[in-house]
Amino acid sequence: MSVIIILLIASISIAGLFLFAFLWGVKSGQFEDDYSPSSRILFDDKPSSETKTV
Amino acid sequence: MVYQILNQSDLCDYYSLNENPGLNQRIKVRKDKFAFLDDEKIQLQLVSFRDEKQMHITFYLPQMHCSSCLYLLENLYRLDRGVVSSKVNFTRKEVDIIFLTGKTSLRKIAETLTSIGYEPYISLNDLKEKRPAIDKSMVYQIGVAGFAFGNIMLMSFPEYLGIDASEKVLLNVFRWANFFLAIPVLLYSALPFYQSSWKSLKHKFLNIDAPIALAIIITFIRSAYEVISGTGGGYFDSMTGIVFFMLAGRILQDKTQRQLSFERDYTSYFPIAVSVVKEDKEVPTALPDLKTGDTLLIHHEELIPADGILTKGKAFIDYSFVTGESLPVLKEMGEIVYAGGKQTEGNIEILVVKEVTQSYLTKLWNRDEFKNTAENKNVSFVHLLSRYFTYIILAIAAATAVYWQLNDPAKMWPAVTAIFIIACPCALFLSNTFTNGNILRILSRNHFYLRNAETIEDMARATHIVFDKTGTLTSTQQQDIVYEGKSISTYQLQQVAALAESSNHPLSKALVKHLGRAKGIIVDNFKETTGQGIEGVAGNDRVKLGSYHFVTGKTATQPGTAVFVSFNNDIFGYFLFSNHYREAIPSLIKELKKEYHLSVLSGDNTAEKETLQKLLGKKATLLFHQKPEDKLQYIKYLQQQGEKVMMIGDGLNDAGALKQSDVGIAVAEQTNNFTPSSDAIIEAKQLSKLTRFISLCRANRNIVIASFVLSIVYNVIGLFFAVQGTLSPLIAAILMPSSSLSILLLTFGSSTLIAKQMKL
Repeated sequence: MSVIIILLIASISIAGLFLFAFLWGVKSGQFEDDYSPSSRILFDDKPSSETKTV
Repeated sequence: MVYQILNQSDLCDYYSLNENPGLNQRIKVRKDKFAFLDDEKIQLQLVSFRDEKQMHITFYLPQMHCSSCLYLLENLYRLDRGVVSSKVNFTRKEVDIIFLTGKTSLRKIAETLTSIGYEPYISLNDLKEKRPAIDKSMVYQIGVAGFAFGNIMLMSFPEYLGIDASEKVLLNVFRWANFFLAIPVLLYSALPFYQSSWKSLKHKFLNIDAPIALAIIITFIRSAYEVISGTGGGYFDSMTGIVFFMLAGRILQDKTQRQLSFERDYTSYFPIAVSVVKEDKEVPTALPDLKTGDTLLIHHEELIPADGILTKGKAFIDYSFVTGESLPVLKEMGEIVYAGGKQTEGNIEILVVKEVTQSYLTKLWNRDEFKNTAENKNVSFVHLLSRYFTYIILAIAAATAVYWQLNDPAKMWPAVTAIFIIACPCALFLSNTFTNGNILRILSRNHFYLRNAETIEDMARATHIVFDKTGTLTSTQQQDIVYEGKSISTYQLQQVAALAESSNHPLSKALVKHLGRAKGIIVDNFKETTGQGIEGVAGNDRVKLGSYHFVTGKTATQPGTAVFVSFNNDIFGYFLFSNHYREAIPSLIKELKKEYHLSVLSGDNTAEKETLQKLLGKKATLLFHQKPEDKLQYIKYLQQQGEKVMMIGDGLNDAGALKQSDVGIAVAEQTNNFTPSSDAIIEAKQLSKLTRFISLCRANRNIVIASFVLSIVYNVIGLFFAVQGTLSPLIAAILMPSSSLSILLLTFGSSTLIAKQMKL
């Protein structure tokens, strides 16, 4: 039945991955503004004659 | 103009994105308005990051309202080459801008934003310490608790269903895995409960969190003991589950309206800097640096930040912000002007006599009473209920301990710990937080925003409702006008309208609105005497409009707010102005009258006393000429009489009273508008629903008690097993989620149902 142990480790590590993704998402502020990202994606970037300076 | 700027930069998409972009009226901005942003010291306090090359700044742009705004603001780098990036947070109406200090400046960016219609709102408040970041720790905690809860539930199945004797090893693995998964929940996720109970115990008060924290710790110790000694699987699933549900309830309850601010004081209204005149030059100076003896230059439409003496120009000051008095006041040179007024015509100079923090207005906030209000707040009935509950549980536990000690000492500890595990007031906690959370949600859907859950109970407890008049009972945007005097022809009314149209005075504007625009009447020789009236030749007659003194040359008292009119020096009569009551007010008052004592406090004159008395009934108290300080004292007086006061007001003049009252509700025409610090914000249009809002808050208590009774049923079942020392993990695993879920359903369902019945 050692296969169950392997499954156990696999399932917990996947769940841990999701937990990490969640904490990371909260930390980076993904849940703070639910309006702008959804509209931002609709804006086309027009080819600009000058490139942005960074 | 805006179009030109956009066209140059190829941003015309702005106009195709939304049907009505640029909805907001633009106010012309003075050239040097943002000169203060060149000041090193002010800059340092505003920016969030700076080095030799870059600066990061966050601007609050209240005008932001649609996706076009978003598009425009995020393309700011096309308008100003120095901008590296701009990122909008729409919920907070903020834009984070990163720019190169070599290519542009803070001032230039502010001016660019203003030129496209988004004037950054920079107030004195920004100078204070940085706002604390939103506390996300509870979200992390619930994440960890959810993770542990889910996995522990899965791994507890062998425990519930039994497992083959040959696979005992596996069972042990599962138990130990549960043990390790529960540790972060005990040490991290449950932290808020420990902190809160520790705080309350320090104040010698047993709140609901204390027995919960105790239950969590006892459950863990008992379970750990079982796992280590190999006698059982423990109750890790129940423990993590309850922590998860309770955190969920707490987050739901604490989820406040982030875009609204309930904590505003005068600093959010005051500008960050003013122009000080030094040797004939205007020097922008930060407000805290103002000293007595400085000469301030107050521009048209600017706020006076400190008490001072008028030294130059004619002041025509709109104090509606401070006193509620709806009409501007004329001040001559040498007179004292108080902070908080807005200059309405032309520029003036003021000699500061009191520093900003010492002014008459700001002193309202610096009162000692307001510094420690948290202590004498009412205690929620939930805590009292949980206290009884805790005492009963302790008694049962003691009785059980004694019984087993006498009969079978080995069973004593299992039985006693089982009692604590099963009978923690978690259900009460859940029902309270979830009901509160749902009620807050329902109210905010109706544009009535509460500061926090405690406000619900305060609302339900109120016994006396105090209204402010101007801006609360009446609308600031409309006035009722009645003409009294000799009969006047339609043509003459048109002449009056034509004359009034040439003036910017609020009364003239109201007259034009009332009479309608004049057609084809030309006004010649127009002359305006500030604070007195206007005259001119309209059509063929010489028309004079204004105060009694201005029109007749005689001095006499006026009946309320009136504008007299004369044609060719023949006095005809006057237009009587009265406040326009909001449509919903009469019916609202009628309903409230039945259950509450009502009072009206007004900064205005007594002109409308009779109308109001008729509206409110004979028992109501009406007070006029109330200064902000008087309003506060009146609330205090009521509270000393044992009344729970609900204050409904709008302006800065009510700020003290709103803060002193048990529930302070600020009325706003739009929620984006600025409101003084308060416990709740209501949109003016929703005032008619106030009685229903109050009854919903009252229903809150009944719902919590009903679900508490339900939870007691569960507790009794659980205790039945616990006292016998036969609480199996399976029973616990069934009882815990089913009681939690049924309570969630009951609280959510009943509060939503009640709201539906009230048509909210």
